[in-house]
Amino acid sequence: MSLASLLPAASSPPSPGPADFNLPAIFPWGAEAGVTKPMILLVLSVVLIMALFAAAARPAAVVPGRLQFAGEMVYGFVRDGIGRDNIGSRDFQRFVPFLFAIFTFVFVNNYYGLIPVVQFPTMSHIGFPLALALITWIVYNGAGIARHGFVGYLKHETVPSGMKGPILLLLVPLEFLSNILLRPITLTLRLFATMFAGHLLLLLFSLGAEYLLLHSENTLAIPAGIASALLFVGITFLEILVMFLQAYVFTLLASMYIGEALADEH
Amino acid sequence: MITTQLVAAAEGEDLNPLIPHVAEIVLSAVVFLLLLFLIKKFVVPGFEKAYAARTAAIEGGIEEAQAAQKEAQAALEKYNAQLAEARHEAAGIREEAKEQGAQILAEMRAQAQAEAERITSAAHAQVEAERAQVVAQLKSEVGTLATDLASRIVGEALTDDARSARTVERFIAELEESAN
Repeated sequence: MSLASLLPAASSPPSPGPADFNLPAIFPWGAEAGVTKPMILLVLSVVLIMALFAAAARPAAVVPGRLQFAGEMVYGFVRDGIGRDNIGSRDFQRFVPFLFAIFTFVFVNNYYGLIPVVQFPTMSHIGFPLALALITWIVYNGAGIARHGFVGYLKHETVPSGMKGPILLLLVPLEFLSNILLRPITLTLRLFATMFAGHLLLLLFSLGAEYLLLHSENTLAIPAGIASALLFVGITFLEILVMFLQAYVFTLLASMYIGEALADEH
Repeated sequence: MITTQLVAAAEGEDLNPLIPHVAEIVLSAVVFLLLLFLIKKFVVPGFEKAYAARTAAIEGGIEEAQAAQKEAQAALEKYNAQLAEARHEAAGIREEAKEQGAQILAEMRAQAQAEAERITSAAHAQVEAERAQVVAQLKSEVGTLATDLASRIVGEALTDDARSARTVERFIAELEESAN
């Protein structure tokens, strides 16, 4: 891997950075097409998700088996816990496939970061979450326009209820900025940055531990290396939480945006 | 180290993690939409079908339970009605029995009275018969006595009226004595 190449000799301590996220093309023949590891992982995630959930959903039994029960737990969590609570029981059903796809997709691609050998959170490449955020943007704005009409929807999103007079001159641009323009960007950055930073931290402490324990000649290097390894374990546990949370938050926000866009005039 | 970073930066924007690759955006969108399509087609219908079937099963169960409850209620009402009817009937029977008892009592009383009357009348008849017998006996005795008396009177003197009168008187006194 490229990480190994980062440690050419025992002399210089490792300094993981953005460069570590730029993995080279995998296949010799794919060099021109630029097929990289995250791309393969991304496609693989669809295979994984479908293999698991199609098998879980297929029996559609009243009394579920183990697999169906497990699948229903995840599905029910997204459907009822996220979708219905935020969109409302009248409209949520239409958006369940979208929310479930978002949740599972982000979830699997995040946890790639912790699976040995795979060990790369796909969403730490900003292009991937950006596409999801753009699709989310199209979905919630589209839903809002379909419900309220174009002008009605713009008014719905930008004019806060009960506000009248000149204050609107200030509020309308602000609301437009926050509700229409910035949402896809914040969605993207939140997911990308946490995955990027988490992976970078793991890199730092794992490479640091390796360097301090094996290659450094400093006497203090051994305790520091042990501390670094312990921190690596701790941060791995933190990442387990963060990876789930980011998948949850992305889905939650998407459902909230949809629910807000569909809401009746307040 | 700084120089390597500078070199890397100089090599292009590839190293700036904030600049997305167009290929990655397109790939991500395509892959996601594919996943969305597959989930819509294979995952959601299965789970929703299970949910619907479960809801139907639960609602069916509730309906069944309600029907059972209704049936039980009907049975209870029927039972209560029967019980009330039975009570009513029992009361009727009791009333009838009381009436019958009273009637029987009255009949008995009448019968007893009749019996008493019968016994009384029988006693009367017996007394009457005994009296008649006594009278008859008396009659025959009176005849004998009269003959006796007559012979005695004749034996004395038929002319003396006073004596004969005394004889009669004495005879009667004797009679009274013997009667006593």
